Amino acid sequence: MEALLSQKPKFPSMFMKRHVLSMREFSREEIDSVLDLAASLEPYARGKKSDMMAGRILALLFFEPSTRTRMSFETAMKRLGGSVINLGPAEGSSISKGESLADTVRVVAGYSDALVIRHPKEGSARLASQFSPVPVINAGDGAGHHPTQTLLDLYTIKKESRLENLSIALVGDLKYGRTVHSLAYALSLYGADITLVSPPGLRMPEPIKSDLSRKGTPLREASDLGEVVNNVDVLYMTRIQRERFPDPVEYKKVASSYRITPDFLSRARKNLIIMHPLPRVDEISPSVDQTAHARYFQQSFYGVPVRMALLKMLIETGA
Amino acid sequence: MKESLGQENGKRKSECYQNRLKEEPKGLKVKPINNGTVIDHIAGGQALNVLKILGIYGTTDATLSVVMNVDSRKLGKKDIVKVEERELLEEEVNRIALIAPAASINIIRDCNIIAKRKVDLPDEIVGVVRCQNPSCISNTAEPIQSRMLVKTKNPVLLRCLYCEQPLTENIAEYLI
Repeated sequence: MEALLSQKPKFPSMFMKRHVLSMREFSREEIDSVLDLAASLEPYARGKKSDMMAGRILALLFFEPSTRTRMSFETAMKRLGGSVINLGPAEGSSISKGESLADTVRVVAGYSDALVIRHPKEGSARLASQFSPVPVINAGDGAGHHPTQTLLDLYTIKKESRLENLSIALVGDLKYGRTVHSLAYALSLYGADITLVSPPGLRMPEPIKSDLSRKGTPLREASDLGEVVNNVDVLYMTRIQRERFPDPVEYKKVASSYRITPDFLSRARKNLIIMHPLPRVDEISPSVDQTAHARYFQQSFYGVPVRMALLKMLIETGA
Repeated sequence: MKESLGQENGKRKSECYQNRLKEEPKGLKVKPINNGTVIDHIAGGQALNVLKILGIYGTTDATLSVVMNVDSRKLGKKDIVKVEERELLEEEVNRIALIAPAASINIIRDCNIIAKRKVDLPDEIVGVVRCQNPSCISNTAEPIQSRMLVKTKNPVLLRCLYCEQPLTENIAEYLI
């Protein structure tokens, strides 16, 4: 493990460009290199002392609320011995004075060694990358991409299940949920067998499905979670948002049919794991947390070593 | 009474025009130009969009001839645009392939065709087509131009560089 950390990483071409913007830009080899480095950094994520990022500053530009993503980036940087600066609330910043994102990025890039950006507009991270002399990491751009979530999902699957010959069900809001779009695309690189389980109004958009089919990914659609639970290795749950349903009665009906309980899991494979990008609301009963299937809190923790790996690769390349 | 005189006049004018057409060489609607660019084989009805792509709209000093919906053996109906005293650059005319993939370009100098070629869509189109996604950062006041990557040329499939939204249909509606 120490040897892996000390050797000069094999930087794939993406890292020569120094930005992480979309999973579409990752090859399978590039993903594997991030996951391997993340595995070697896990002890540091758990508290082992490190000064790998000593003297380095990470800027967090969050134009939208975030808990897990923002805090895990902050933890990753600090655990590696680096520092973090924050944009702070928009009301008190130059944004409220009408400054463009391009100008904000140019200014903050001057204070830091890398930028992490979350912004409501799609494509904003790519715009930031055009104006930033330091690496940019996309931490969610509207309904667009959230590549670091996908990487930590893949890391969780690799650690807690298997990436090869995987059978996975993506469950819940597959229409608006950006995490499932990126994850489905990345899993197609590993030849996963994917079942899409959602209410009819929240099905995965047609262009994404045809894109996956073109890549030869076995894809099935189902509405009933009970039909698929005994056939998959991973249940990837997502939150069905109340505001997507104009009729509250309809929402309650749909939400209850996608709720996981210990009883429901009696039909599942013994080694089934349950993942969720969090926050959860009603879709996983708290009593499931105690079962051997629950992995969503580990998944959340794995965000730290994965983001450590990205920071190390990007900031060291840019050094 | 006035109305019938008007009709009579109209008939006479129409006959006059028919006679004149008979005297002119067949198919010639606009006289040849001495210097400039002729864009032929534009799909019928697309000439004004071609001008838009070339950045020729509103007031212009250019001497232009635009012929629309004339019979064409190849296309059924076609449009022709002639721009006098301006030799269009390759990158300018190639964008025309977005809406008129069969268009051909003739560069005229001293009444002679000095270059003749087909349009060929480039790999990237900058500042010509706006993204159809209202939530895309390229549709805000940021100091950037729209950038569309050409994924396939026939049929034309564009993908926004910023939000990655595809654009395949009604491309003319999204011309900037």
